[in-house]
Amino acid sequence: MDTIQTLHESHAADAHHTHHHEHEQTFWTKYLFTTDHKVISKQFLITAVFMAFLAMGMSMLFRLQLAWPDVKMPFLESLLGQWGKDGKLDPGFYLALVTIHGTIMVFFVLTGGLSGTFSNLLIPLQIGARDMASGLLNMLSYWFFAGSCLVMFISLFVESGPASGGWTIYPPLSALPQAIAGSGLGMDLWLVSMIFFIVSSLLGGINYVTTVINLRTKGMSMTRLPLTIWAFTITAILGILSFPVLFAAALLLFFDRTFGTSFYLTDIFIDGAPLEHIGGSPILFEHLFWFLGHPEVYIVILPALGLASEVISVNSRKPIFGYKAMIGSMGLIAFLSCIVWGHHMFITGMNPFLGSVFVVTTLMVAIPSAVKVFNYIATLWRGNIVLTPAMLFAIGLVSFFISGGLTGIILGDSALDINIHDTYFVVAHFHIVMGASAIFGMLAGVYHWFPRMFGRLMNKNLGYIHFWLTLISVYGVFFPMHFIGLAGVPRRYYANTAYAGFDNLVGINELITVFALLSGVAQLVFAFNFFYSIFKGKKSPQNPWKSNTLEWTAPLSDVHGNWPGEIPTVHRWPYDYGKPGHEDDFIPQTVPFSATPGSNRPDDH
Amino acid sequence: MTLLYILGIVFFIVVMVRIMNVINLSEELSGETPDEQIARETPINAMGLLIFLGIGLILFFVTIKAYMPYMLPEAASVHGKQTDFLLDVNFIIIIAVFVLTQIALFWFVWKYKYRKGEKAYYYPHNNTIEVIWTVAPTIVLAGLLITGLKSWNEITDNQRKDGMNVQIYSKQFNFVTRYSGKDNTLGQSYFMNISDDNPLGVKKEAAAMDDKIANELHLVVNKPVMLHMNSQDVIHSMYLPHFRTQMNAVPGMTTTFYFVPTITTSEMRRKLNNPKFDYVLLCNKICGVSHYLMNMKVVVESPAEFKVWLAGQKNVFAADSTLASGSATTQPLTIN
Repeated sequence: MDTIQTLHESHAADAHHTHHHEHEQTFWTKYLFTTDHKVISKQFLITAVFMAFLAMGMSMLFRLQLAWPDVKMPFLESLLGQWGKDGKLDPGFYLALVTIHGTIMVFFVLTGGLSGTFSNLLIPLQIGARDMASGLLNMLSYWFFAGSCLVMFISLFVESGPASGGWTIYPPLSALPQAIAGSGLGMDLWLVSMIFFIVSSLLGGINYVTTVINLRTKGMSMTRLPLTIWAFTITAILGILSFPVLFAAALLLFFDRTFGTSFYLTDIFIDGAPLEHIGGSPILFEHLFWFLGHPEVYIVILPALGLASEVISVNSRKPIFGYKAMIGSMGLIAFLSCIVWGHHMFITGMNPFLGSVFVVTTLMVAIPSAVKVFNYIATLWRGNIVLTPAMLFAIGLVSFFISGGLTGIILGDSALDINIHDTYFVVAHFHIVMGASAIFGMLAGVYHWFPRMFGRLMNKNLGYIHFWLTLISVYGVFFPMHFIGLAGVPRRYYANTAYAGFDNLVGINELITVFALLSGVAQLVFAFNFFYSIFKGKKSPQNPWKSNTLEWTAPLSDVHGNWPGEIPTVHRWPYDYGKPGHEDDFIPQTVPFSATPGSNRPDDH
Repeated sequence: MTLLYILGIVFFIVVMVRIMNVINLSEELSGETPDEQIARETPINAMGLLIFLGIGLILFFVTIKAYMPYMLPEAASVHGKQTDFLLDVNFIIIIAVFVLTQIALFWFVWKYKYRKGEKAYYYPHNNTIEVIWTVAPTIVLAGLLITGLKSWNEITDNQRKDGMNVQIYSKQFNFVTRYSGKDNTLGQSYFMNISDDNPLGVKKEAAAMDDKIANELHLVVNKPVMLHMNSQDVIHSMYLPHFRTQMNAVPGMTTTFYFVPTITTSEMRRKLNNPKFDYVLLCNKICGVSHYLMNMKVVVESPAEFKVWLAGQKNVFAADSTLASGSATTQPLTIN
């Protein structure tokens, strides 16, 4: 509370406030244990980029295995040692790769990396605050995140291998080291890492919501907030509601593993002997896991949609169509996301009537999602569209959101889910709708706000190359995967050699892997562009995309406290692009209506 | 070797940096304003998106046609025919929506690409349009929902008693089947009873005496079957793709699935013109290192063939063993 008051006081134009800090900065306080939200956002981003490359590299390894299961690849042995003996990927390590790839991508890249980076960067800058409500919590949020990444990374090096029961870690498999080697020390580390991650996520989330509610600058009413901020706020609330449930699930699993409790275990006979666990329910874990797990996919996609809303509006030079409908649909998506988790469990033996209820709620999610897509397309209609790399990625996001969202209608329909549940059809669906879509949103955000973070522009031409290679290869990877699923191939199979009916699909698998390798090359272009531009990129002008939002009014040469003088006052909503009767095609939020008599309209707010 | 890799990477970075410097320098020298640059580059990318849309849509349909023969053959169960029909209806609708929205998305980007000095059309909202595109998907979804739930309720109706009761018992990493015999009642099983002689832990009771165990799943064509799934260690999933049937096997509980197979193995072989074809039961829930090897052959045959096959299978308990049981089997066994 003290911090909030202090920051409120600093609102009242303490111009010298920031200068005090500048002098006290050492390397440690400026770059490592910093409480400045702008630096913390960079920490999140760079950590996430490293984790993303790690997880992407893993996917390359298992894609090689799936395409050419009989070919010996000697480099595997030099890279993985015992897990790549004689150039063959070990089946147990294959499962570990799949597990850790999923965990890193879902939690560390698309939750920590996406929300952590952009909520931290944009919330204070776009609402007009000097920093987050609590700089200390913010710093802790990053360091818990870093700790959890580190523990996950260390788990790759334990002798029994990292966790390998799938990213959903269903017990009893994840609870019993007898069942799979990865459920030994690797699983303990996975759980510890996840508990750190949840702490980080909660600290961050509480901070984001508090900041948005309390620290908006003068004139910044809730309906003048950019859609990015709405998306981050709704996401943070969703995280606060659902992550504690994962915490509980993980904790109980830890108890079952370590202290011999029986929350999830019962009636098990393994390794020639019955276990003493009686009375638990593996289904209980699934309920607890998916109570987080489903909101989690919206925690991943909503910030991406928020970033895309802003990027599409700015680069169409046109207000986002249906601002309030966009907020409403995000709210509805978030609400519904909390009551749809059962659609992951249609065929677990859950009561079929309960299944029907989840079908209804699940298909309802399609309605606000459709509204969002239509609104994006309507925003493009009669725009004056500038195709920056960020805009291209935002358009890619919409394309993937459509493609992946539509197959969700089939998966959400329990009668149809029976036959495609846990097949590659599911893998294709969620990789497109929450993987590709969210990553495209994140990349759009990186290209768009890179100048805001580093004061320099990323190279556009490399951005175009990155976009085109990625767009083509992502569709090339995931579109054919639907067919493999419809042919009945289960996911998480080390090889499809066990059933003769799958032999025809080898060609499709090779095609997918070729595109996967291409997408890997494309990301190297990005990595080069990203790190090169941090140091050598072209200096950015103050407002490179001619945006209305407040972050472009603060000097790009980062000052602690964001604005050297008084915090700007807001007079209008953020989407006055292409307004008739005004000379420029944009009117920043700081311009009062009295300065634009020619363009004011009765429905302005 | 490692050194070579490192040298390669360093060389790549150095070359890239050089190229970047040249590009940056030439851009500075060209004297193009940012607006001019946008006006030059945007149409190229917009055209790219249009071409991507065109080629993409062509490939979309070409791929569907090319890969169709690799998909699962026609459903070999009564409910499977129904879900396949529903799946087709769903696909037609979503493909139509997919094509239309993707065309709108990419076409608008091309049509309304940047024109220097012009302004976009200021059009912040229109409530009528919002209502229309909220209600329209709602109606379509309601239709899909109602038809979907109707078949879901039929498929999962557990009250039917006319099915042949068969247990599918799963453990790392194989399936075992148990047939209920003449009384069509499966003897109860409990994990504490598991021993070398009694791998499924069946209780020695009257109902179990005629039960038989096998390493294949044999079904009678057009005769309903009620599968009872159990697992002794981790969660497995019983996936019968050709019958559009799937249900998890969870330790500590019994799950069931009722269906009617309609096509015998030999008939399916004729239809597919593939004498080697066999139905299969796959494990479809990650269950350990050899998950991908966990499956079982499935045979659908005539009643006569089935009778012969079943007669050749082993009884759970030898015929001369008595019902009187030791202490291990007298404890309460009603976990199901």
